[in-house]
Amino acid sequence: MQDATALKGQPLSSPSPVQRFFESTFVSVLIYAIVIGLICYGSYAGAQNMGYNWQWHRVPQYLYSFTDDGFQLGEIFYGLGTTIVLSLTSFLLATLIGLIIALLRLSGLVIGSAVAVGFLEFVRNIPLLVLLYLFYYVLGPIFKFDRYTASVLTLAVFHSALISEILRAGINAVPKGQWEASKSIGMSSGQSYRYIILPQSVRFMLPPMTGEVVHLIKSSAIVSVIAVAELTTIGRNIISDTFMSFEIWFTVALVYMAVTLILSIGVSHLEKKYIVDQ
Amino acid sequence: MNQQTPIIEVANIDKFYGNFHALKDVDLTVRQGEKVVICGPSGSGKSTLIRCFNGLEWHNSGRIVIDEIEVHQNAKRIRELRQEVGMVFQQFNLFPHLTVLENLTIGPMKVRKIAQAQAEETARGYLDRVHIPEQADKYPAQLSGGQQQRVAIARSLCMEPRIMLFDEPTSALDPEMINEVLDVMVELAETGMTMVVVTHEMGFARKVADTMVFMEEGRIVEVSPPNKFFTDPDSDRCRLFLNQILEH
Ligand SMILES: Nc1ncnc2c1ncn2[C@@H]1O[C@H](COP(=O)(O)OP(=O)(O)OP(=O)(O)O)[C@@H](O)[C@H]1O
Ligand SMILES: [Mg+2]
Repeated sequence: MQDATALKGQPLSSPSPVQRFFESTFVSVLIYAIVIGLICYGSYAGAQNMGYNWQWHRVPQYLYSFTDDGFQLGEIFYGLGTTIVLSLTSFLLATLIGLIIALLRLSGLVIGSAVAVGFLEFVRNIPLLVLLYLFYYVLGPIFKFDRYTASVLTLAVFHSALISEILRAGINAVPKGQWEASKSIGMSSGQSYRYIILPQSVRFMLPPMTGEVVHLIKSSAIVSVIAVAELTTIGRNIISDTFMSFEIWFTVALVYMAVTLILSIGVSHLEKKYIVDQ
Repeated sequence: MNQQTPIIEVANIDKFYGNFHALKDVDLTVRQGEKVVICGPSGSGKSTLIRCFNGLEWHNSGRIVIDEIEVHQNAKRIRELRQEVGMVFQQFNLFPHLTVLENLTIGPMKVRKIAQAQAEETARGYLDRVHIPEQADKYPAQLSGGQQQRVAIARSLCMEPRIMLFDEPTSALDPEMINEVLDVMVELAETGMTMVVVTHEMGFARKVADTMVFMEEGRIVEVSPPNKFFTDPDSDRCRLFLNQILEH
Protein backbone atom coordinates (compact mmCIF):
# COMPACT_ATOMS: atom_id res chain seq x y z
CA MET A 1 0.00 0.00 0.00
CA GLN A 2 1.51 3.28 -1.10
CA ASP A 3 -0.66 5.94 0.51
CA ALA A 4 0.60 9.29 1.70
CA THR A 5 1.11 8.26 5.33
CA ALA A 6 3.18 5.27 4.35
CA LEU A 7 5.55 7.51 2.42
CA LYS A 8 5.82 10.10 5.17
CA GLY A 9 9.29 10.51 6.58
CA GLN A 10 10.98 8.53 3.83
CA PRO A 11 13.50 10.40 1.75
CA LEU A 12 12.43 11.10 -1.81
CA SER A 13 14.58 9.29 -4.36
CA SER A 14 18.19 9.94 -3.35
CA PRO A 15 20.06 12.45 -5.54
CA SER A 16 22.49 11.15 -8.14
CA PRO A 17 26.24 11.64 -7.51
CA VAL A 18 26.39 14.30 -10.25
CA GLN A 19 23.54 16.20 -8.61
CA ARG A 20 25.19 15.91 -5.21
CA PHE A 21 28.47 17.23 -6.64
CA PHE A 22 26.80 20.36 -8.00
CA GLU A 23 24.72 20.89 -4.88
CA SER A 24 27.59 20.82 -2.39
CA THR A 25 28.38 24.18 -0.79
CA PHE A 26 31.98 24.23 -1.93
CA VAL A 27 31.12 23.66 -5.59
CA SER A 28 28.28 26.20 -5.48
CA VAL A 29 30.58 28.86 -4.08
CA LEU A 30 33.22 27.98 -6.63
CA ILE A 31 30.75 28.27 -9.53
CA TYR A 32 29.48 31.57 -8.14
CA ALA A 33 33.03 32.91 -7.83
CA ILE A 34 33.90 31.84 -11.38
CA VAL A 35 30.81 33.57 -12.81
CA ILE A 36 31.49 36.79 -10.90
CA GLY A 37 35.16 36.58 -11.90
CA LEU A 38 34.23 36.23 -15.57
CA ILE A 39 31.90 39.23 -15.39
CA CYS A 40 34.59 41.35 -13.73
CA TYR A 41 37.23 40.21 -16.15
CA GLY A 42 34.89 40.86 -19.07
CA SER A 43 34.24 44.42 -17.94
CA TYR A 44 37.89 44.97 -17.21
CA ALA A 45 39.04 43.63 -20.56
CA GLY A 46 36.33 45.58 -22.36
CA ALA A 47 37.38 48.75 -20.59
CA GLN A 48 41.03 48.06 -21.47
CA ASN A 49 40.04 47.73 -25.12
CA MET A 50 38.30 51.08 -24.95
CA GLY A 51 41.53 52.45 -23.58
CA TYR A 52 39.89 53.17 -20.21
CA ASN A 53 42.26 54.44 -17.60
CA TRP A 54 41.50 52.61 -14.32
CA GLN A 55 42.15 54.69 -11.22
CA TRP A 56 40.85 52.61 -8.32
CA HIS A 57 43.44 54.20 -6.01
CA ARG A 58 41.50 57.49 -6.25
CA VAL A 59 38.24 55.94 -5.06
CA PRO A 60 38.89 55.51 -1.29
CA GLN A 61 39.09 59.27 -0.69
CA TYR A 62 35.39 59.44 -1.57
CA LEU A 63 34.60 56.73 0.97
CA TYR A 64 36.71 57.88 3.94
CA SER A 65 39.71 60.00 4.78
CA PHE A 66 42.13 60.71 7.60
CA THR A 67 42.58 64.39 8.26
CA ASP A 68 43.88 66.38 11.21
CA ASP A 69 40.46 65.87 12.80
CA GLY A 70 40.89 62.09 12.54
CA PHE A 71 38.78 59.60 10.61
CA GLN A 72 36.07 61.06 8.41
CA LEU A 73 33.47 59.51 6.17
CA GLY A 74 33.66 60.53 2.54
CA GLU A 75 31.11 62.03 0.19
CA ILE A 76 29.66 58.69 -0.84
CA PHE A 77 28.63 57.93 2.72
CA TYR A 78 27.02 61.34 3.06
CA GLY A 79 25.08 60.50 -0.06
CA LEU A 80 24.18 57.14 1.45
CA GLY A 81 23.03 58.92 4.62
CA THR A 82 20.67 61.06 2.58
CA THR A 83 19.42 58.01 0.68
CA ILE A 84 18.68 56.21 3.94
CA VAL A 85 16.94 59.15 5.60
CA LEU A 86 14.98 59.87 2.43
CA SER A 87 13.96 56.22 2.05
CA LEU A 88 13.01 55.86 5.70
CA THR A 89 10.91 59.03 5.74
CA SER A 90 9.20 58.03 2.50
CA PHE A 91 8.60 54.52 3.79
CA LEU A 92 6.97 55.73 7.00
CA LEU A 93 4.78 58.14 5.08
CA ALA A 94 3.99 55.46 2.47
CA THR A 95 2.97 53.05 5.23
CA LEU A 96 0.69 55.66 6.75
CA ILE A 97 -0.96 56.42 3.38
CA GLY A 98 -1.06 52.70 2.58
CA LEU A 99 -2.77 51.92 5.87
CA ILE A 100 -5.40 54.59 5.29
CA ILE A 101 -6.04 53.30 1.77
CA ALA A 102 -6.21 49.70 2.99
CA LEU A 103 -8.63 50.57 5.80
CA LEU A 104 -10.78 52.61 3.41
CA ARG A 105 -11.04 49.61 1.12
CA LEU A 106 -11.81 47.25 4.00
CA SER A 107 -14.30 49.63 5.59
CA GLY A 108 -17.10 48.51 3.28
CA LEU A 109 -18.13 52.14 2.79
CA VAL A 110 -18.93 52.79 -0.87
CA ILE A 111 -17.30 56.22 -0.89
CA GLY A 112 -14.31 54.92 1.06
CA SER A 113 -13.49 52.19 -1.40
CA ALA A 114 -14.19 54.46 -4.39
CA VAL A 115 -11.63 56.98 -3.10
CA ALA A 116 -9.13 54.22 -2.41
CA VAL A 117 -9.54 52.52 -5.78
CA GLY A 118 -9.33 55.87 -7.59
CA PHE A 119 -6.08 56.68 -5.82
CA LEU A 120 -4.63 53.24 -6.55
CA GLU A 121 -5.48 53.41 -10.25
CA PHE A 122 -4.00 56.90 -10.50
CA VAL A 123 -0.74 55.91 -8.86
CA ARG A 124 -0.38 52.56 -10.59
CA ASN A 125 -0.77 53.95 -14.07
CA ILE A 126 1.75 56.78 -13.89
CA PRO A 127 5.49 56.20 -14.34
CA LEU A 128 7.54 57.05 -11.27
CA LEU A 129 9.52 59.66 -13.19
CA VAL A 130 6.39 61.46 -14.34
CA LEU A 131 5.05 61.41 -10.79
CA LEU A 132 8.30 63.00 -9.61
CA TYR A 133 8.06 65.75 -12.25
CA LEU A 134 4.46 66.30 -11.28
CA PHE A 135 5.40 66.84 -7.63
CA TYR A 136 8.51 68.89 -8.34
CA TYR A 137 7.50 71.07 -11.28
CA VAL A 138 3.73 71.35 -10.76
CA LEU A 139 2.72 70.80 -7.14
CA GLY A 140 6.03 72.09 -5.72
CA PRO A 141 5.63 75.68 -6.96
CA ILE A 142 1.91 75.69 -6.12
CA PHE A 143 2.25 74.48 -2.54
CA LYS A 144 5.74 75.93 -2.05
CA PHE A 145 7.73 72.87 -1.12
CA ASP A 146 11.35 72.14 -1.98
CA ARG A 147 12.95 69.35 -4.00
CA TYR A 148 13.57 67.16 -0.96
CA THR A 149 9.91 67.29 0.09
CA ALA A 150 8.86 66.63 -3.49
CA SER A 151 11.07 63.52 -3.48
CA VAL A 152 9.66 62.23 -0.19
CA LEU A 153 6.09 62.77 -1.38
CA THR A 154 6.73 61.12 -4.75
CA LEU A 155 8.31 58.02 -3.26
CA ALA A 156 5.69 57.81 -0.51
CA VAL A 157 2.74 58.11 -2.86
CA PHE A 158 4.24 55.72 -5.41
CA HIS A 159 5.01 53.02 -2.87
CA SER A 160 1.87 53.49 -0.80
CA ALA A 161 -0.09 51.70 -3.54
CA LEU A 162 1.78 48.43 -3.19
CA ILE A 163 2.09 48.81 0.57
CA SER A 164 -1.67 49.19 0.89
CA GLU A 165 -2.09 45.91 -0.98
CA ILE A 166 0.41 44.23 1.34
CA LEU A 167 -1.41 45.56 4.40
CA ARG A 168 -4.79 44.56 3.02
CA ALA A 169 -3.64 41.06 2.21
CA GLY A 170 -2.05 40.76 5.66
CA ILE A 171 -5.22 41.92 7.39
CA ASN A 172 -7.38 39.57 5.30
CA ALA A 173 -5.08 36.67 6.12
CA VAL A 174 -6.20 36.81 9.76
CA PRO A 175 -9.13 34.37 10.18
CA LYS A 176 -12.61 35.86 10.44
CA GLY A 177 -13.09 34.18 13.81
CA GLN A 178 -10.58 36.59 15.33
CA TRP A 179 -12.85 39.48 14.42
CA GLU A 180 -15.86 37.72 15.85
CA ALA A 181 -14.07 36.89 19.08
CA SER A 182 -12.82 40.44 19.58
CA LYS A 183 -16.19 41.94 18.75
CA SER A 184 -17.96 39.52 21.06
CA ILE A 185 -15.96 40.79 24.04
CA GLY A 186 -17.10 44.31 23.17
CA MET A 187 -14.09 45.69 21.31
CA SER A 188 -14.59 48.48 18.81
CA SER A 189 -13.20 48.10 15.27
CA GLY A 190 -10.26 50.28 16.22
CA GLN A 191 -9.45 48.17 19.27
CA SER A 192 -9.85 44.96 17.29
CA TYR A 193 -7.38 46.19 14.66
CA ARG A 194 -4.91 47.45 17.21
CA TYR A 195 -4.82 44.63 19.73
CA ILE A 196 -5.95 41.59 17.77
CA ILE A 197 -5.80 41.88 13.99
CA LEU A 198 -2.73 43.97 13.15
CA PRO A 199 -0.38 42.18 15.58
CA GLN A 200 -1.31 38.91 13.90
CA SER A 201 -0.97 40.26 10.38
CA VAL A 202 2.60 41.49 10.93
CA ARG A 203 3.78 37.94 10.39
CA PHE A 204 2.18 37.90 6.93
CA MET A 205 3.35 41.39 6.05
CA LEU A 206 6.99 41.24 7.08
CA PRO A 207 8.42 39.42 4.04
CA PRO A 208 6.65 41.45 1.34
CA MET A 209 7.25 44.67 3.29
CA THR A 210 10.98 43.99 3.32
CA GLY A 211 10.87 43.55 -0.42
CA GLU A 212 9.04 46.83 -0.70
CA VAL A 213 11.63 48.71 1.39
CA VAL A 214 14.40 47.30 -0.78
CA HIS A 215 12.43 48.37 -3.84
CA LEU A 216 11.97 51.85 -2.34
CA ILE A 217 15.66 52.29 -1.58
CA LYS A 218 16.47 51.37 -5.15
CA SER A 219 13.84 53.60 -6.70
CA SER A 220 14.98 56.51 -4.51
CA ALA A 221 17.88 56.83 -6.97
CA ILE A 222 15.45 58.46 -9.37
CA VAL A 223 15.41 61.70 -7.38
CA SER A 224 18.91 62.33 -8.71
CA VAL A 225 17.16 63.78 -11.77
CA ILE A 226 16.06 66.73 -9.65
CA ALA A 227 19.47 66.88 -7.99
CA VAL A 228 18.65 65.85 -4.43
CA ALA A 229 22.07 65.07 -2.95
CA GLU A 230 21.62 61.35 -2.36
CA LEU A 231 23.90 58.48 -3.25
CA THR A 232 23.30 58.44 -7.01
CA THR A 233 23.57 62.22 -7.35
CA ILE A 234 26.81 62.23 -5.37
CA GLY A 235 28.14 59.47 -7.63
CA ARG A 236 27.28 61.54 -10.68
CA ASN A 237 28.90 64.64 -9.23
CA ILE A 238 32.11 62.78 -8.43
CA ILE A 239 32.21 61.42 -11.97
CA SER A 240 31.73 64.81 -13.54
CA ASP A 241 34.72 66.03 -11.52
CA THR A 242 36.96 63.01 -12.05
CA PHE A 243 35.73 61.10 -15.13
CA MET A 244 36.09 57.80 -13.20
CA SER A 245 32.67 56.57 -14.28
CA PHE A 246 33.45 52.83 -14.15
CA GLU A 247 34.98 52.86 -10.67
CA ILE A 248 32.35 55.12 -9.15
CA TRP A 249 29.33 53.35 -10.63
CA PHE A 250 30.70 50.00 -9.44
CA THR A 251 31.22 51.47 -5.98
CA VAL A 252 27.76 53.03 -5.85
CA ALA A 253 26.16 49.76 -7.00
CA LEU A 254 28.05 47.84 -4.31
CA VAL A 255 26.94 50.30 -1.62
CA TYR A 256 23.27 49.91 -2.62
CA MET A 257 23.68 46.16 -2.64
CA ALA A 258 25.35 46.11 0.77
CA VAL A 259 22.54 48.16 2.33
CA THR A 260 19.70 46.11 0.88
CA LEU A 261 21.41 42.81 1.70
CA ILE A 262 22.02 43.84 5.31
CA LEU A 263 18.39 44.86 5.52
CA SER A 264 17.08 41.57 4.12
CA ILE A 265 19.29 39.49 6.37
CA GLY A 266 18.33 41.58 9.41
CA VAL A 267 14.64 41.15 8.75
CA SER A 268 14.86 37.42 8.16
CA HIS A 269 16.52 37.10 11.57
CA LEU A 270 13.77 39.21 13.09
CA GLU A 271 11.18 37.04 11.40
CA LYS A 272 12.65 33.84 12.83
CA LYS A 273 12.65 35.32 16.30
CA TYR A 274 9.11 36.56 15.91
CA ILE A 275 7.76 33.23 14.74
CA VAL A 276 9.49 31.35 17.55
CA ASP A 277 7.86 33.75 20.01
CA GLN A 278 4.39 32.74 18.96
CA MET B 1 -35.04 40.37 39.22
CA ASN B 2 -36.68 37.03 39.71
CA GLN B 3 -36.64 33.88 37.64
CA GLN B 4 -39.63 35.00 35.60
CA THR B 5 -38.07 38.15 34.17
CA PRO B 6 -37.41 37.77 30.44
CA ILE B 7 -33.79 38.56 29.62
CA ILE B 8 -33.91 37.74 25.91
CA GLU B 9 -37.02 38.54 23.92
CA VAL B 10 -37.09 37.69 20.25
CA ALA B 11 -40.20 38.76 18.38
CA ASN B 12 -41.00 37.92 14.74
CA ILE B 13 -37.50 38.18 13.40
CA ASP B 14 -36.60 37.46 9.81
CA LYS B 15 -33.11 37.22 8.43
CA PHE B 16 -32.00 37.07 4.82
CA TYR B 17 -28.63 36.30 3.31
CA GLY B 18 -29.23 37.88 -0.07
CA ASN B 19 -32.28 36.03 -1.33
CA PHE B 20 -31.88 33.17 1.10
CA HIS B 21 -34.41 33.28 3.93
CA ALA B 22 -32.31 32.05 6.87
CA LEU B 23 -34.66 32.87 9.78
CA LYS B 24 -38.40 32.85 9.29
CA ASP B 25 -40.60 34.66 11.76
CA VAL B 26 -38.76 33.44 14.84
CA ASP B 27 -40.10 34.08 18.35
CA LEU B 28 -38.32 33.09 21.53
CA THR B 29 -38.24 34.21 25.13
CA VAL B 30 -35.46 33.34 27.54
CA ARG B 31 -35.91 34.15 31.21
CA GLN B 32 -33.30 35.20 33.72
CA GLY B 33 -31.24 32.13 34.70
CA GLU B 34 -32.90 29.86 32.14
CA LYS B 35 -30.87 27.27 30.22
CA VAL B 36 -32.04 26.89 26.64
CA VAL B 37 -30.62 24.19 24.38
CA ILE B 38 -31.15 24.63 20.65
CA CYS B 39 -30.80 21.72 18.26
CA GLY B 40 -31.73 20.96 14.70
CA PRO B 41 -30.26 19.79 11.43
CA SER B 42 -27.28 21.48 9.78
CA GLY B 43 -28.25 24.69 8.02
CA SER B 44 -31.43 25.15 10.03
CA GLY B 45 -30.34 28.59 11.27
CA LYS B 46 -29.20 27.81 14.84
CA SER B 47 -25.93 29.74 14.57
CA THR B 48 -27.60 32.57 12.70
CA LEU B 49 -30.18 32.93 15.47
CA ILE B 50 -27.77 33.15 18.38
CA ARG B 51 -25.38 35.35 16.40
CA CYS B 52 -28.24 37.84 16.07
CA PHE B 53 -28.31 38.05 19.89
CA ASN B 54 -24.97 39.86 20.04
CA GLY B 55 -24.93 41.60 16.70
CA LEU B 56 -22.55 39.31 14.85
CA GLU B 57 -25.42 39.06 12.37
CA TRP B 58 -28.25 41.54 11.92
CA HIS B 59 -31.89 40.57 11.67
CA ASN B 60 -33.80 42.26 8.87
CA SER B 61 -37.12 42.68 10.65
CA GLY B 62 -38.70 42.05 14.01
CA ARG B 63 -37.29 42.89 17.43
CA ILE B 64 -34.64 41.44 19.71
CA VAL B 65 -34.49 42.89 23.21
CA ILE B 66 -31.71 41.74 25.48
CA ASP B 67 -31.61 42.80 29.10
CA GLU B 68 -33.91 45.68 28.20
CA ILE B 69 -31.63 46.91 25.41
CA GLU B 70 -32.94 46.53 21.88
CA VAL B 71 -30.36 45.03 19.53
CA HIS B 72 -29.75 47.79 17.08
CA GLN B 73 -27.00 48.75 14.66
CA ASN B 74 -25.79 51.55 16.86
CA ALA B 75 -22.08 50.93 17.30
CA LYS B 76 -21.82 52.16 20.86
CA ARG B 77 -24.96 50.45 22.04
CA ILE B 78 -24.04 47.13 20.47
CA ARG B 79 -20.63 47.25 22.17
CA GLU B 80 -22.29 47.76 25.53
CA LEU B 81 -24.62 44.89 24.80
CA ARG B 82 -21.77 42.58 23.82
CA GLN B 83 -20.19 43.11 27.22
CA GLU B 84 -23.32 41.62 28.76
CA VAL B 85 -23.48 38.68 26.35
CA GLY B 86 -20.55 36.27 26.23
CA MET B 87 -20.08 33.97 23.27
CA VAL B 88 -18.19 30.69 22.89
CA PHE B 89 -17.44 29.50 19.37
CA GLN B 90 -17.07 26.09 17.83
CA GLN B 91 -13.51 26.93 16.72
CA PHE B 92 -12.52 28.53 20.10
CA ASN B 93 -11.15 31.65 18.33
CA LEU B 94 -8.55 32.33 20.99
CA PHE B 95 -6.06 35.09 20.21
CA PRO B 96 -2.99 33.10 19.16
CA HIS B 97 -0.49 35.94 19.68
CA LEU B 98 -1.45 36.40 23.33
CA THR B 99 -0.82 34.15 26.30
CA VAL B 100 -3.75 32.49 28.02
CA LEU B 101 -3.69 35.14 30.75
CA GLU B 102 -3.52 37.95 28.19
CA ASN B 103 -6.41 36.40 26.28
CA LEU B 104 -8.43 36.70 29.47
CA THR B 105 -7.35 40.18 30.51
CA ILE B 106 -7.38 42.04 27.20
CA GLY B 107 -11.16 42.48 27.16
CA PRO B 108 -11.53 43.68 30.75
CA MET B 109 -8.50 45.97 30.42
CA LYS B 110 -9.22 47.53 27.02
CA VAL B 111 -13.01 47.46 26.98
CA ARG B 112 -13.96 47.74 30.64
CA LYS B 113 -10.82 49.79 31.49
CA ILE B 114 -10.03 47.67 34.52
CA ALA B 115 -6.51 47.91 35.99
CA GLN B 116 -4.11 45.15 35.00
CA ALA B 117 -3.56 43.76 38.49
CA GLN B 118 -7.27 43.45 39.13
CA ALA B 119 -7.94 42.00 35.67
CA GLU B 120 -5.26 39.38 36.23
CA GLU B 121 -6.66 38.44 39.59
CA THR B 122 -10.12 37.96 38.09
CA ALA B 123 -8.63 36.03 35.17
CA ARG B 124 -6.78 33.63 37.47
CA GLY B 125 -9.99 33.11 39.38
CA TYR B 126 -11.79 32.04 36.21
CA LEU B 127 -8.88 29.86 35.08
CA ASP B 128 -9.32 28.08 38.40
CA ARG B 129 -12.99 27.64 37.71
CA VAL B 130 -12.31 26.01 34.35
CA HIS B 131 -9.65 23.83 36.03
CA ILE B 132 -6.52 25.03 34.22
CA PRO B 133 -4.85 27.51 36.61
CA GLU B 134 -1.40 26.21 35.66
CA GLN B 135 -1.67 27.14 31.96
CA ALA B 136 -1.81 30.92 32.42
CA ASP B 137 1.50 31.71 30.75
CA LYS B 138 1.22 29.36 27.79
CA TYR B 139 0.12 30.30 24.29
CA PRO B 140 -3.14 28.81 22.95
CA ALA B 141 -1.30 26.64 20.41
CA GLN B 142 0.41 24.85 23.31
CA LEU B 143 -2.90 23.64 24.75
CA SER B 144 -5.18 20.75 23.81
CA GLY B 145 -8.51 21.48 22.15
CA GLY B 146 -10.44 20.89 25.36
CA GLN B 147 -8.15 23.21 27.27
CA GLN B 148 -8.45 25.87 24.56
CA GLN B 149 -12.22 25.76 24.69
CA ARG B 150 -12.14 26.08 28.48
CA VAL B 151 -9.87 29.13 28.10
CA ALA B 152 -12.41 30.54 25.63
CA ILE B 153 -15.18 30.06 28.18
CA ALA B 154 -13.06 31.75 30.83
CA ARG B 155 -12.30 34.61 28.44
CA SER B 156 -16.01 35.27 28.03
CA LEU B 157 -16.66 34.98 31.75
CA CYS B 158 -13.95 37.55 32.52
CA MET B 159 -16.20 40.18 30.97
CA GLU B 160 -18.74 39.31 33.70
CA PRO B 161 -21.59 38.76 31.23
CA ARG B 162 -25.20 38.16 32.26
CA ILE B 163 -25.87 35.77 29.41
CA MET B 164 -23.63 33.13 27.79
CA LEU B 165 -24.14 31.91 24.24
CA PHE B 166 -22.50 28.68 23.07
CA ASP B 167 -22.37 27.72 19.39
CA GLU B 168 -21.60 23.98 19.20
CA PRO B 169 -18.79 24.32 21.76
CA THR B 170 -17.79 20.66 21.60
CA SER B 171 -18.22 19.88 17.90
CA ALA B 172 -14.58 20.57 17.02
CA LEU B 173 -13.22 18.48 19.89
CA ASP B 174 -11.84 14.97 19.98
CA PRO B 175 -14.32 12.70 21.82
CA GLU B 176 -12.13 12.29 24.90
CA MET B 177 -12.10 16.06 25.46
CA ILE B 178 -15.81 16.70 25.14
CA ASN B 179 -16.63 15.89 28.75
CA GLU B 180 -14.08 18.22 30.31
CA VAL B 181 -15.76 21.09 28.46
CA LEU B 182 -19.30 19.93 29.21
CA ASP B 183 -18.41 19.55 32.90
CA VAL B 184 -17.32 23.19 33.00
CA MET B 185 -20.58 24.18 31.33
CA VAL B 186 -22.63 22.18 33.82
CA GLU B 187 -20.80 23.90 36.67
CA LEU B 188 -21.50 27.24 35.05
CA ALA B 189 -25.18 26.34 34.75
CA GLU B 190 -25.23 25.61 38.48
CA THR B 191 -24.16 29.18 39.22
CA GLY B 192 -27.43 30.45 37.78
CA MET B 193 -26.03 31.92 34.57
CA THR B 194 -28.49 32.41 31.73
CA MET B 195 -27.30 30.12 28.94
CA VAL B 196 -28.31 29.55 25.33
CA VAL B 197 -26.50 26.52 23.97
CA VAL B 198 -26.53 25.17 20.44
CA THR B 199 -25.44 21.57 20.78
CA HIS B 200 -26.22 18.01 19.84
CA GLU B 201 -24.92 16.68 23.16
CA MET B 202 -28.23 15.35 24.38
CA GLY B 203 -26.79 14.03 27.65
CA PHE B 204 -25.79 17.57 28.53
CA ALA B 205 -29.18 18.85 27.40
CA ARG B 206 -31.02 16.39 29.64
CA LYS B 207 -28.89 17.38 32.57
CA VAL B 208 -29.09 21.17 32.39
CA ALA B 209 -31.77 22.34 29.96
CA ASP B 210 -34.90 24.05 31.23
CA THR B 211 -36.16 24.42 27.69
CA MET B 212 -35.39 22.56 24.48
CA VAL B 213 -35.73 24.28 21.12
CA PHE B 214 -35.80 22.45 17.80
CA MET B 215 -35.18 24.38 14.60
CA GLU B 216 -35.64 23.40 11.00
CA GLU B 217 -35.29 25.40 7.79
CA GLY B 218 -35.09 28.72 9.58
CA ARG B 219 -38.10 28.15 11.82
CA ILE B 220 -38.51 27.21 15.44
CA VAL B 221 -40.56 24.05 15.19
CA GLU B 222 -40.68 22.91 18.79
CA VAL B 223 -40.20 24.56 22.18
CA SER B 224 -40.76 22.31 25.18
CA PRO B 225 -39.29 21.22 28.51
CA PRO B 226 -36.80 18.33 28.22
CA ASN B 227 -39.03 15.61 29.67
CA LYS B 228 -41.67 16.28 27.03
CA PHE B 229 -39.12 17.02 24.31
CA PHE B 230 -37.31 13.71 24.64
CA THR B 231 -40.36 11.52 25.17
CA ASP B 232 -43.30 13.08 23.41
CA PRO B 233 -42.47 16.01 21.14
CA ASP B 234 -45.33 17.64 19.28
CA SER B 235 -43.65 17.70 15.90
CA ASP B 236 -42.89 14.60 13.88
CA ARG B 237 -39.81 16.21 12.37
CA CYS B 238 -38.40 16.69 15.83
CA ARG B 239 -39.09 13.08 16.75
CA LEU B 240 -37.36 11.91 13.56
CA PHE B 241 -34.35 14.11 14.26
CA LEU B 242 -34.06 12.84 17.82
CA ASN B 243 -34.22 9.24 16.65
CA GLN B 244 -31.42 9.93 14.23
CA ILE B 245 -29.05 11.55 16.67
CA LEU B 246 -29.87 9.34 19.64
CA GLU B 247 -29.15 6.21 17.62
CA HIS B 248 -25.44 6.57 18.17
N1 LIG C 1 -22.80 34.57 5.64
C1 LIG C 1 -23.71 33.81 5.00
N2 LIG C 1 -24.04 34.07 3.72
C2 LIG C 1 -24.97 33.32 3.08
N3 LIG C 1 -25.62 32.29 3.62
C3 LIG C 1 -25.33 31.98 4.89
C4 LIG C 1 -24.37 32.71 5.65
N4 LIG C 1 -24.29 32.18 6.89
C5 LIG C 1 -25.17 31.15 6.89
N5 LIG C 1 -25.80 31.03 5.72
C6 LIG C 1 -26.83 30.05 5.38
O1 LIG C 1 -27.85 30.16 6.31
C7 LIG C 1 -28.33 28.89 6.70
C8 LIG C 1 -28.30 28.75 8.18
O2 LIG C 1 -26.94 28.74 8.60
P1 LIG C 1 -26.51 28.49 10.09
O3 LIG C 1 -25.05 28.59 10.13
O4 LIG C 1 -27.29 29.38 10.98
O5 LIG C 1 -26.98 27.00 10.31
P2 LIG C 1 -26.76 26.06 11.55
O6 LIG C 1 -28.10 25.63 11.98
O7 LIG C 1 -25.91 26.74 12.55
O8 LIG C 1 -26.02 24.84 10.91
P3 LIG C 1 -24.76 24.01 11.43
O9 LIG C 1 -25.29 22.93 12.29
O10 LIG C 1 -24.19 23.48 10.15
O11 LIG C 1 -23.85 24.95 12.13
C9 LIG C 1 -27.49 27.87 5.97
O12 LIG C 1 -28.20 27.39 4.87
C10 LIG C 1 -26.30 28.64 5.50
O13 LIG C 1 -25.86 28.16 4.27
MG1 LIG D 1 -23.91 26.49 13.22
